[in-house]
Amino acid sequence: MTSSSVPQLLVHDRKDNCGVVVVEGLTAGTDMLCVVTEDNSEFRLTAKDDIPIGHKVALDDLKVGDTATKYGEDIGKIVAPVAKGGHLHTQNLKTKRW
Amino acid sequence: MAFDASNVTVNAWRRENGRVGVRNHVLILPVDDISNAAAEGVSRLIQGTIAIPHSYGRLQFGEDLELHFRTIIGTGANPNVAAVVVIGIEPGWTKIIADGIRKTGKPVAEFSIEQNGDLETIRAASWKAKEFVHWATELQKEPCPLTDLWVSTKCGESDTTTGLSSCPTVGNMYDKLIPHGLTGCFGETSEITGAEHICKSRAATPEAGEKFMKIFQAYQDEVIEPNKTSDLSDSQPTKGNILGGLTTIEEKALGNLEKIGRTSTYIDALGPAEAPEQGPGLYFMDTSSAAAECVTLMAAAGYVIHTFPTGQGNVVGHPIVPVIKISGNPRTLRTMSEHIDVDVTGVLTREMTIDQAGDALIEMITRTANGRNTAAETLGHREFSMTKLYRSA
Repeated sequence: MTSSSVPQLLVHDRKDNCGVVVVEGLTAGTDMLCVVTEDNSEFRLTAKDDIPIGHKVALDDLKVGDTATKYGEDIGKIVAPVAKGGHLHTQNLKTKRW
Repeated sequence: MAFDASNVTVNAWRRENGRVGVRNHVLILPVDDISNAAAEGVSRLIQGTIAIPHSYGRLQFGEDLELHFRTIIGTGANPNVAAVVVIGIEPGWTKIIADGIRKTGKPVAEFSIEQNGDLETIRAASWKAKEFVHWATELQKEPCPLTDLWVSTKCGESDTTTGLSSCPTVGNMYDKLIPHGLTGCFGETSEITGAEHICKSRAATPEAGEKFMKIFQAYQDEVIEPNKTSDLSDSQPTKGNILGGLTTIEEKALGNLEKIGRTSTYIDALGPAEAPEQGPGLYFMDTSSAAAECVTLMAAAGYVIHTFPTGQGNVVGHPIVPVIKISGNPRTLRTMSEHIDVDVTGVLTREMTIDQAGDALIEMITRTANGRNTAAETLGHREFSMTKLYRSA
């Protein structure tokens, strides 16, 4: 497999509004190859931040009160706005539980 | 070609009660914390034995005492143990433990310290331990169906890569082996929060689903609500989970449940360390999500191999149960490869399918059952951690 076909971002489900960085050292401005594991479909997205491996990227502009969706399911609420391609983590996403 | 598990065999020990063990330990088992020194004294003198010191066993009562007994007896009864020397401070509870293990038919000897002292106890117990080692080391392995094994799972130091790669690898293994008669187990009650509706829907019967929900709700109501000081964001997900990119408990729970695959359903919801009694199939067990506590409870229920997906690199092992580590995180494979038995990083680069990863895990389970020591065994990880329900009297 050539390096150009190795994805930088994996998305579980077509309904998801976030994906996971699966390479080390991803820098802002990278034009990412993104793969939806559910059906192997591909798309491209530009990273807006330096994002560590395993961390999430917003696939849309998300505003306060929106629900983050991963595995096609609710994983919490947006508590600070995040732009499409931005780093989605504890600074802008919180649990709805407990 | 689809994997056919029906004719895969492993060379293992068929015990007196018909169960299959993949290790052949002579266990020196302390009943209580103050008997650890004598148990460790015996294990230092007699080569080929293993002592499992722990922190409890005095002044416990009620459900907490029952769990202590169940954990100690279950560990001695595990098919990975050939014979057991039980040592307690006094003869009463020592006999309860020894008699509980004797029901398996394996050789058990018991010793108590009061009116003997550590030195006399060590002398007498060492003679018996030596006899057990001679006997156990002559026991022969025999071909046993792979699916006669009881294989448990729990993930640790999870991150987003576990939900993408190592957890669905375990799920694929269960989907392939459980229809052929494997007995499986998953747990981690608090770590299903946010995915409890999915977990309930994966019960084989409405009764099993209701039993799971009752256990799940009891933990939320009786433990989390009265004791929490915040939203648990510093504990569940753990700091390691958060470093790895997991943000919320819901996200962690959905990744966790990937371990039960796409088609497997659980036939019963067990209490902690409770042995499954409804035959082969998948079981849920009410456990902590702390690695050593959870593996200890599943080993005490009789599981002989544990499959352990990790993202950021949990290093846990167990004294008598081989813990197979699976990781798909390339950074973890780069920085701490000595802890990982099955590398599934290819799932993230799309060079390996989940189906291929599941086959690689089944191959490693087979090799482990045939005798390959796991990374955790080789590195000396022998964590034995009791779950305690409340303060002792």
